Amino acid sequence: MLSYTLKRLAQAIPTMLIVITIAFFLMRIAPGGPFDGERALPPEIEANLMAAYHLDEPLWQQYFRYLGNLAQGDFGPSFKYKDFTVTELILQGFPVSLQIGGLAMLLALAIGLPLGIIAALKRNTAVDYAVMGTALAGIAVPNFVVAPVLALVFGVMLGWLPAGGWNDGALPNLILPVIALSIQQIAYIARMMRASMIEVMGSHYIRTARAKGLTEAEVVWRHALRPALLPVTSYLGPAIAGIITGSVVIEQIFGIPGIGRYFVQGALNRDYTLVMGTVVFYGALIVLMNLIVDLIYSALDPQIRYDD
Amino acid sequence: MIAIRPRWVRQLGLASGLTLSTLAAVIAAPAMAETLDLGVTGELASFDTSQISGGIWESQILMDVYEGLVKKSPEGKVLPGMASDWQVSEDGKTWTFSLREDARWSDGEPVTAEDFVFGWRHLLDPANASKYAYMLYPLVNAREVNTGELALEELGVESRDDGRTLVVQLNQSTPYFLQLLTHYTAYPQPQHTFEQYGKEYVDLEHIVTNGAFTPTEWISQSRITTVKNPEYYEADQVALDGVRYHTIEDRNAGVSRFRAGELDIMREYSSSMYPLLKEEIPEATHMATYLGSYYYVFNHRDGHPTADPRVREALNMAVRRDVIADNIMGGTFQKSLSFVPDGIDHYQVQNAAFDDAEGNDITGDLNARMARAKELLEDAGYDQGNPLTLRLRYNTTDEHKKIAVAVSSMWRPLGVEVELVNAEATVHYQTIAEGDFDVARAGWIADYNDAENFLALLRSGVGNNYGAYANEAFDTLYDEAATTLDLDERKAILERAEALAMDDDALIPMLYYVSRNLVNPAISGWEDNIEDDHPSRWVSFEE
Repeated sequence: MLSYTLKRLAQAIPTMLIVITIAFFLMRIAPGGPFDGERALPPEIEANLMAAYHLDEPLWQQYFRYLGNLAQGDFGPSFKYKDFTVTELILQGFPVSLQIGGLAMLLALAIGLPLGIIAALKRNTAVDYAVMGTALAGIAVPNFVVAPVLALVFGVMLGWLPAGGWNDGALPNLILPVIALSIQQIAYIARMMRASMIEVMGSHYIRTARAKGLTEAEVVWRHALRPALLPVTSYLGPAIAGIITGSVVIEQIFGIPGIGRYFVQGALNRDYTLVMGTVVFYGALIVLMNLIVDLIYSALDPQIRYDD
Repeated sequence: MIAIRPRWVRQLGLASGLTLSTLAAVIAAPAMAETLDLGVTGELASFDTSQISGGIWESQILMDVYEGLVKKSPEGKVLPGMASDWQVSEDGKTWTFSLREDARWSDGEPVTAEDFVFGWRHLLDPANASKYAYMLYPLVNAREVNTGELALEELGVESRDDGRTLVVQLNQSTPYFLQLLTHYTAYPQPQHTFEQYGKEYVDLEHIVTNGAFTPTEWISQSRITTVKNPEYYEADQVALDGVRYHTIEDRNAGVSRFRAGELDIMREYSSSMYPLLKEEIPEATHMATYLGSYYYVFNHRDGHPTADPRVREALNMAVRRDVIADNIMGGTFQKSLSFVPDGIDHYQVQNAAFDDAEGNDITGDLNARMARAKELLEDAGYDQGNPLTLRLRYNTTDEHKKIAVAVSSMWRPLGVEVELVNAEATVHYQTIAEGDFDVARAGWIADYNDAENFLALLRSGVGNNYGAYANEAFDTLYDEAATTLDLDERKAILERAEALAMDDDALIPMLYYVSRNLVNPAISGWEDNIEDDHPSRWVSFEE
C-alpha cells in the first residue's frame, strides 16, 4: 500500500507539469493582458509595468522563470491584489472554502445517502417519486438562483440569519451558504446512491443473503451498502476537490472570502500568477483526492487490492 | 446601533404601506455604536498609493485613510487639507503650499513636505510601475523621471523651511491642479516608515496613515476595518469610531445586505433594482448625476464606413436617447447630447445639434431626423441594393447588450445592418484599440472634475482615442486651453473644442452616468455630489 501510494505520488509530478505548461501557455494565448482595461495606458507607463512583471521577456524565458520560482514554492505576487502574494491569498482563502465546502459535503452525504437508499428500497412508489422529483429540481435550479432567494427570505424578509458576510466564520453566517452549496450535491448523491443501490439489490449475492434468511435490514446494512457506495465514492474525489476550492457564485452572493472567486476573477483580470497559483493548487488537490478515493476503494471492496 | 438598524431597514424594506410616523420613529432612534458599515464593490489593490488599479471603490477607502494637500467637503468642494493655504505664481506654473503645523501620521510623527516629495517620487519611480503615475505628469520632469531618463531628484517638487513648505513646479499653468491634488496619486506617503520597512511599510503591522482613519484589519475579499486616527488634526470633529469596508462584488447581494441592516451604506446598486428600491426604500435610495460619459466610438480610420462624416451624422441623429435612458435603462442613466457631462465645474456643455438639408434645427423632431438620416446615407452611396453594414462591438454586460440591441434596431429603419460582437472588457478594449470595429461602446469616468479630462480623449494619436478621431483645429484649441491662465477664457476655448467635435460627429454621445448609492437615512454628513466622493470623515449617525 505504501509503495503504491508513493508510486502514485511520483506519477503526479509529470501530470502536474503538463497541467502547468498547458495552463501557462493557454493563459498567454488569451487576448488582452493584465494591464489592459477601459483606459489605454500611456506607452511609458505600460513599459514600466511590463518590465516590473518581466512581461517584456520572451515567453519561454517567462515560463522557465515561473517553473524555477515554483520549484522554490514561490507562486509570485498577484498582479491585481498588490499587498498579497498568491500564496498568501490561497492560504487566507482556502481554510474558508474548506470550511464551507466541507460542511456542505457532510450535509450532502448526511441527507443524500439516506434519501438515495430509501428511494431505492421503495422503488417506484410515491416515496421514490417524491425523492427523485425533489432531487431533479435540486439539480435543475442553479445555485445563483437558490443563494439570492435564501438570502432574501432568511436574511431580508425574516431576518433570522445574516444575508451575507463572513464574520470570521460565525455559525449564523455559515448556515445559508452551506445550504445553498449543498443542495445540488444532495441531489446528485441521492440520485447516484439510488441507482447504485438498485443495481446492487438485484445482484446474486443479495439473493443468496436473502435465501440465508437474513432480514431485509441485515441485507441492506451488511451486504448491500458497501458495494453500493463505490460509485458515490469515486464521484466524491473530484467533487470534494471542487467543493472545497470554493464556489464563485456562493462567495460573491454571500460575501465569503474563499478562493473560488480567484479562479474566475484571476482569469478575467488576466492575473497570470493568480490563475497559475489556483490551477496548481486545484490540480494538486485533485491528484490527492483521487489517490484517497482509490485507497478507500480497497477498503470498501475486497476484490480491489493495491499490491506492487 | 446594531440593535436599531436592522429594525428600521426591515420595516422600510418590507412594509410597502409604511406610514410616515413609523418612519420618523425609526429614524429618530438614537445612535449607539459609531462604526460605519460600508459596502464597496471591489477589493482594494494596495494601501501603497502607487499600486492602485483604478477602481472607484479604492478611492473611497484611500480618501478615508490618507489626506492630500487638499480634501473634499461632503458636497465635493475642495478644502484645505494637509496644506493650510497656498499661493500660485503669476504664470500659474509655481504652486507654494504651507503645511499645517498639527498634521501628523497615526504614529504621531509630523506630516512634512518631505512626505509629499517622497510620495510623489515613489509614484513616479519607474521601478514601482505605477499605473496611475501619469496623473502627476503636469509636474516638471515627471514624465522623464517616470521613464527613467532623469533621476527621481529631478522631479519638480521640493520641500523647504524644514518641511513646512512644499513648492511644486508645473510644466505649464494647470487650472485643474487643485482638483488633481484630491486624487489619491497626490497623497503623501510616510517616508520614515518606508525607510524602516521598505515595501512592507503598508503591511498592517507597520502602516501609518494621515487621514481620519487608520486600518487595523484586512481580510482579503471580505472586509477592511479601520479605526479613528487619534492623531488626525480634526479628530475631535470625526464622529465615527471607525469604518468597516465590506467587499461585495455582487450588486444584488449588496442590496440584500443593506436591506437586512448589515450595511449603513452600499456604494452602487444595480440599475435594474432602481424601480423596486425607489418604491420600497425611497429615503435610502440615492441617484445623482455622475462625472461619467457613456458613448459610442466611431471608427475614423480609412476603410471604415464611419470615416464618412455623412454616415456618422446619420447614425448619430437616428439614436433615440430618451428611449434608451428612460425606457430601456429605467431612468438610471441620463440622456446626453454632449461628451462632457453636464455639471462639470466651470463649463457649459456643448450639445450636438442636428439640421436638415436647409439648415433648420431638427434635433427635437424624430421623423425629420430619420428622414434626414436616410438622405445622408443615400448621399454616401448606401441604399437597399448596397446596404450599410456595421460591426458594433461592446463589452459583455446586460446593460451594454440591451443598449446595443436597441441602437441597432433604431438604425434598422435606415437600412443599416448591424453585426453585434461582444467580448469581455479586457478583450473588448484591446480589440477596439487596434481599430477592428466600426462602432464600439465605451465609457469614461473622469479622474477629476474638469472638462479637459474628457476632451483629452479626442486629441489625435492619444491611446484612449479608440476611434482615431483627428482634427487639427481641435488639437490646436486643446493646446491653447492648456496654456490659458484666465479661467473664463479657458472655459470658452474648451467649449469651442467640444462644439467642434460634436459638429464633426466625432462620436455618439449617448448617456451621462449617474451614481447610485443606498444610504441609511439616519446618517448625516453624506451628500450626493457629481464626483460621487463621500469622505467618511464627515459622516455621523443622527442622535
